[in-house]
Amino acid sequence: MADKNARNDARIAGVFEHPGRHLPDLTLPQIHAQVALGALADAGLSTSDVDAYFCAGDAPGFGGISMAEYLGLNVRYIDTTETGGSSYLAHVGHAAAAIAAGKCHVALITLGGKPRTGGASPGGSGGIGGAPEGAFESQWGSNVPNMYALAAARHMYEYGTTGRQLAMIKVAASKHAAHNPNAFLKNEVTVEEVLESPMVADPLHRLDCCVITDGGGAVVVVSPDVARSLARSERAVRVLGQGEALKHSGNGRIDLTHTAAVWSGPKAFAEAGVKPSDIQYVSIYDSFTITVLETIEDLGFCEKGKGGAFVESGALESPGGALPFNTDGGGLCNNHPGNRGGITKIIEAVRQVRGEAHPAVQVANCELALAHGTGGNLGTRTGSATVILGRA
Amino acid sequence: MSSGLPVRKVEVTLEARELWAATAEGRLLLPKCNDCSAIIWYPRAFCPACSSTSTAWIEASGRGTVYSFSITRKGAGAWAEVGPYVIAYVELEEGPRVLSNIVGCPVDDVRIGMSVRVVFDPTAEGPAVYRFAPE
Repeated sequence: MADKNARNDARIAGVFEHPGRHLPDLTLPQIHAQVALGALADAGLSTSDVDAYFCAGDAPGFGGISMAEYLGLNVRYIDTTETGGSSYLAHVGHAAAAIAAGKCHVALITLGGKPRTGGASPGGSGGIGGAPEGAFESQWGSNVPNMYALAAARHMYEYGTTGRQLAMIKVAASKHAAHNPNAFLKNEVTVEEVLESPMVADPLHRLDCCVITDGGGAVVVVSPDVARSLARSERAVRVLGQGEALKHSGNGRIDLTHTAAVWSGPKAFAEAGVKPSDIQYVSIYDSFTITVLETIEDLGFCEKGKGGAFVESGALESPGGALPFNTDGGGLCNNHPGNRGGITKIIEAVRQVRGEAHPAVQVANCELALAHGTGGNLGTRTGSATVILGRA
Repeated sequence: MSSGLPVRKVEVTLEARELWAATAEGRLLLPKCNDCSAIIWYPRAFCPACSSTSTAWIEASGRGTVYSFSITRKGAGAWAEVGPYVIAYVELEEGPRVLSNIVGCPVDDVRIGMSVRVVFDPTAEGPAVYRFAPE
């Protein structure tokens, strides 16, 4: 690992994933509050220590201002960047930059959602009412799965990727989820079970799709000085690098075979001073199996188009695989709160670097981890954010 | 002849009035930049290639090929009633990859690379919905 001691990297001092997956008796602000308190307690801090607040499109009302008021926060820095499921990984980078600039010291990031019990559509914030592209995308029966399916179909056409290979991604996630008592789906599945599950949108089966869960999570990013002052300072995890990018159709010439990770990844690796082969654990956004496949190629963990063969080798399984991924069971099995599970990607990566993942799936001596979020829809326009974490 | 797939009221914006008016006459228009000649998609009065605000309409050939497609076995709302349907990106001869449906053939016959041509389904309000059928 590159020596980055000369740089004053921000630290992630606290994380919390709501244990609930079906929360009919909680309001959305209550979920945000519970995860905020959980992450602050994990850090050994309280709401009065928070001087920066970050949230995205899932926050109710007037977004960050409503939630800051609900939580009684007195902040001097706010950021409500909304890039779907990648928002929270963007927030980590923005918080680190704000901390480095001296604008804040303790940044709280929250996500909460109730798609199971709150009446939200399964597509989350996928609505395009009022969008300039609206009339040209709303007339043809599109939905979240069939738009991701367009990406899968084209990847299969160009590179020979198979449904069996995509299924191996779900199989690996399910093996990990079997160790997570909070996982929405705890049952281990086989390739055959994935391929025999109902076809939702060719070539994606039901088990190629993530779960729909209530819940949320929070992350606390702090300055190095604050991190050193904490009672359990050794648990702080260093933000070594972060990159973010947007991908849109490029004047209607969309290329469905890659994500914006082709741009966010290199920025994060360069900032961290590491390369893909150095990474010991990855949290990869997994709205669908195809999201994982394209992302691991785009981040350089295998050659473009070879992702199918890579995952078929069992690479994603922990322990033992070449690239252990989503050891909490990911969005495919564990949790995809609010239809935008980006924050859970950070949380499991922090657990791995701390050595606090479930022992059955903990990567031995994990010093370097990567978390990646994808927001929007691979079939149209997306945000990507990549965060590289290391021991403090 | 209508494809039988659902149609809904088109959100006609000021930037795409001419396009939707032409669909009622069975013609597909594309915006073209007067400065850099880029064919623009989605349609708007701004060229994302060169930032020009000077654009004009050209008539598309209506021909293209399937860039990618997916069969939805059971849709939602009005789409729940129509059986399996195909959503696709069609790459027009002029360049843009346009989201639409493939109609006029069994859903299992659709292939990436297949040649298609535009067809129109009328809406109650006048504009027609452009879809694509095998050549």
